[in-house]
Amino acid sequence: MTTTELVAYDDAVARYDPVMGLEVHVELSTVSKMFCGCATVFGAEPNTQTCPVCLGLPGALPVTNKKAVESAIRIGLALNCEIAEWSRFARKNYFYPDMPKNFQTSQYDEPIAFGGHTDVVVDGSTVRVEIERAHMEEDTGKSLHVGGTTGRIHGASHSLVDYNRAGIPLVEIVTRPIEGAGANAPAVARAYVAHLRELLRGLSVSDVRMDQGSLRCDVNLSLRSSPQAPLGTRSETKNVNSLRSVERAVRHEISRQAALLDAGQRVVQETRHWHEDTGMTTSGRSKEQAEDYRYFPEPDLLPIAPERDWVDELRATLPELAAVRRARVQIELGFTDLEMRDVLGAGALPLIEATVAAGASPASARKWWLSELARRANDAGMTLEDLPITPAQVAGVQALVDAGHVNDKLARQVLDGVLAGEGEPEEVVAARGLGVVSDDTALSAAVDRAIEANPDVAAKIRAGKAAAAGALIGAVMKEMRGQADAGRVRELVIEKLT
Amino acid sequence: MTGPGSPAQAVTSPITRDEVLRLAQLARIDLTDAELDHLAPQLAVIVESVAAVSSVAADDVPPSSHALPLQNVFREDETRPSLAPEEVLRGAPESEQQRFSVPRILGEDA
Repeated sequence: MTTTELVAYDDAVARYDPVMGLEVHVELSTVSKMFCGCATVFGAEPNTQTCPVCLGLPGALPVTNKKAVESAIRIGLALNCEIAEWSRFARKNYFYPDMPKNFQTSQYDEPIAFGGHTDVVVDGSTVRVEIERAHMEEDTGKSLHVGGTTGRIHGASHSLVDYNRAGIPLVEIVTRPIEGAGANAPAVARAYVAHLRELLRGLSVSDVRMDQGSLRCDVNLSLRSSPQAPLGTRSETKNVNSLRSVERAVRHEISRQAALLDAGQRVVQETRHWHEDTGMTTSGRSKEQAEDYRYFPEPDLLPIAPERDWVDELRATLPELAAVRRARVQIELGFTDLEMRDVLGAGALPLIEATVAAGASPASARKWWLSELARRANDAGMTLEDLPITPAQVAGVQALVDAGHVNDKLARQVLDGVLAGEGEPEEVVAARGLGVVSDDTALSAAVDRAIEANPDVAAKIRAGKAAAAGALIGAVMKEMRGQADAGRVRELVIEKLT
Repeated sequence: MTGPGSPAQAVTSPITRDEVLRLAQLARIDLTDAELDHLAPQLAVIVESVAAVSSVAADDVPPSSHALPLQNVFREDETRPSLAPEEVLRGAPESEQQRFSVPRILGEDA
């Protein structure tokens, strides 16, 4: 059985009922690690943010980061979970070099939050996703496989490990099995992760950058012959690190597992790796023999028993829930479901809201962020948020358009100027000489010259063929090198010739 | 809370030769048949000795993981200086590009 033999997606979902479980890891945006004071800066030089605690050196004593626990509780509350009255860390023992201690500090049967739910909007209807648990743990180190050509382990001669990431606080959010999505399963998975990202961003607990790994998704998927049949064997697909990949990975696993079941074979319970380039998964280690974590309570860390007063205080800090807020904002901005989906998918909602707050219309704010600026961010390999332009500046550019000082074409050059650090939009217009000429004297002279140079066109317009004005407007715009308000030029041409 | 079974149970059951073999494989330790024959009964003695504690603990003694009745001990989210990378890598058998160099682990692709 090779991975290329797939069942067409429509056939697969016609014959089988998919059941999903999604595990999302969120890296918290604390300034220090979960159990030690090492910094958590992304992209620092290797092994410069490590100490005896996160390296697991003998005698080192971990102490829990209070803010990380608060963030975990707030996440739990935002997901309508119960907050445990008694919660402990556990050692998850395993032997891979990504943790120098030979175990990962995690939570096992006493997670900080459990039994919640969250409502996700998928194509205009609401799907309730049940949350099994949200627990605290620490991130692992980063391995670089060398000696091979692909950076992956196959073909590598050895691995190089950087422990800067080891010990950064994570919250793992685990859903209960999501049933009944049918053919819509990939869209539900995508919408759930997008919804979580928005919710977590609203809580300001993480920078939720899927491209930098601060939000990561594992997809568990199984198929069964009908919704009444017992659950099938699941695969767990890791490395699914964009919204689009979440959708594609679910789709791919449905087609792959359907092919196995059609052929009378069994699905192996295993970890699979998602490959963005091919859109396929490949087998990782088989869980059937490898997994034996021998969890036990972490003796070096004290239990957490959140007092109810503390939980209530944290509850009071929750922002308006994401779904409620999103519905309200969509109405306020007047976006269609499809527009809203694009906005959320691009992570542009807060930027667009801020741009509108700075005076732009919702439609123009959406246009700038999702077209011109999205393209520039993409070219630069950045997120919209990281572009060196503020919502107020975008609103400023639109204000120049609305006032007739620049047209759309010039506005794009103004954006480029702002992005290049040339200052505020007005300054860019002045420095680059981009303003459209609305000075009637100058325009009027240019129109006169165009009429003189094109007597036959002028004659047609005098004879009532207003449509011929285009040729004269074109000539004026050309002379003005595009820096004229075409509407005003038309008015002048018609005034002079009729 | 509907969690998986108690983690403590696996530890208190006697350890078999097959189990020692499997753990050795997980830990990437090569054990010969002679070593397995030698080690498995010894480990079983240790595990059984520890398990004797449960026979003493009555039903009214809750399982405990800590010696002191302390909870909610936290530190503020503040950074402290890390070790210098030379210091960090001093204990590494081998290093390269300021990273720990380790043998590749088959079957894992992190």
